[in-house]
Amino acid sequence: MQTETLSGGFASPATDAAHAFRAVMEAMARPGTLHHLAGVQPPAPLSPAAAAVLLTLCDVDTPICLGGAHDCDGLRRWIAFHTGAPLVGAADCAFALGAWEDLQPLSAYPEGTPEYPDRSATLIVELPRLSADGATLQGPGIADRAALSLPDLAAFQSNAARFPLGLDFIFTSGDLVAALPRSTRVS
Amino acid sequence: MTDAAYNFAYLDEQTKRMIRRAILKGLAIPGYQVPFASREMPMPYGWGTGGVQLTAAVMCPEDRFKVIDQGADDTTNAVSIRAFFERTAGVAATTRTDEATLIQTRHRIPEAPLRAGQVLVFQVPIPEPLRFLEPRESETRKMHALEEYGLMHVKLYEDISRHGHIATSYAYPVQVEGRYVMDPSPIPKFDNPKLGDCPAIQLFGAGREQRIYALPPYTRVVSLDFEDHPFEASKADHPCGLCGATDSYLDEVIMDDAGRRMFVCSDTDFCGQRQAAGHRGKDAA
Repeated sequence: MQTETLSGGFASPATDAAHAFRAVMEAMARPGTLHHLAGVQPPAPLSPAAAAVLLTLCDVDTPICLGGAHDCDGLRRWIAFHTGAPLVGAADCAFALGAWEDLQPLSAYPEGTPEYPDRSATLIVELPRLSADGATLQGPGIADRAALSLPDLAAFQSNAARFPLGLDFIFTSGDLVAALPRSTRVS
Repeated sequence: MTDAAYNFAYLDEQTKRMIRRAILKGLAIPGYQVPFASREMPMPYGWGTGGVQLTAAVMCPEDRFKVIDQGADDTTNAVSIRAFFERTAGVAATTRTDEATLIQTRHRIPEAPLRAGQVLVFQVPIPEPLRFLEPRESETRKMHALEEYGLMHVKLYEDISRHGHIATSYAYPVQVEGRYVMDPSPIPKFDNPKLGDCPAIQLFGAGREQRIYALPPYTRVVSLDFEDHPFEASKADHPCGLCGATDSYLDEVIMDDAGRRMFVCSDTDFCGQRQAAGHRGKDAA
């Protein structure tokens, strides 16, 4: 248990995090594109991609909300050791992590304020599969249209309708990552 | 080569994470200025501390890094920032726009078209386009929140009533995806059309003012104008004296005290490559 908590982080934190961030940035800048994120071996049920996202973006300044099966002892300890992020409820979090159904309802998360729309949560959604098909995406970052296997449609449509307020989503599955910012129109 | 006393790319990891989070929010809300806790950098404010912090946060060891200052690769600002990252990150530098994967720029967008996979980092002095019209940050925040941009159109209209045309020639305000009005940094308005529908990611950093904003690829960016006074991307009406290009942005160089002058491409890489390909202007030696 102890070794599982302490191990599994980036082998070379500065450059591994730089690579991981470039992948996440490309994913957020180009909704619908899939990117590989490997190099982290987290305890179950966390996927390597979601773990890399946590290590790249989270620290003591970013309260995390864990949902469902992800809210377990092993993962709490791993996150505490590797990021130091405080674990909080949905209303106070900067990041939320879990399966799609465990993160509901979306109205529980901060969506920013009209003056500061950036003060909103980013949801890291673990999906059983992730592929570039399914819902049609349009908006900034997409030349014409893109596609992504979203777990829902109406939720993302109403999120986009709140622009510039809203939540941003990072989808992970295994070592794959994709993202859906609030600016993307979904159909 | 790398200075082992520093972390990769100079900044500590916690600072990079803070900047990275701001970049992601900036990309999610194109044109919106995200506040960030700008650090002191080993160079004065006004020398591109915002751009340098963005560059440090996105840089990977494999990047080919290019720095331009008003289009030139060989001016003091560009040389020192390039040397800074060669030393603290050990990245390979280049002056060629097409080879570079990460480009930090002061006040120009390269002439060569950018492509997917490239990141363009702008150095921004005053990120708030409404600042000279409304000095209070609390008010400009509210104006952005309410999408209250009438004042900016009044300013452009006053230009027309005073000069007969919109006299703003650089830092020409744009509206992003029909929502946020954004300062494109002091690029000449000649470069404004390159902001929109660009395949590369564009990041803007203001160190002293502690703001980061971004344009994802293929974002709709419109320069503000009026139906009867449409936006015009202007440049000096001359060919380049060295390479003869007629479609590039030109600098005016005073040659002597008798009023002789010469117009040359501000983008040194573009001009150099054209000359290497055999193009000659009227002033070429």
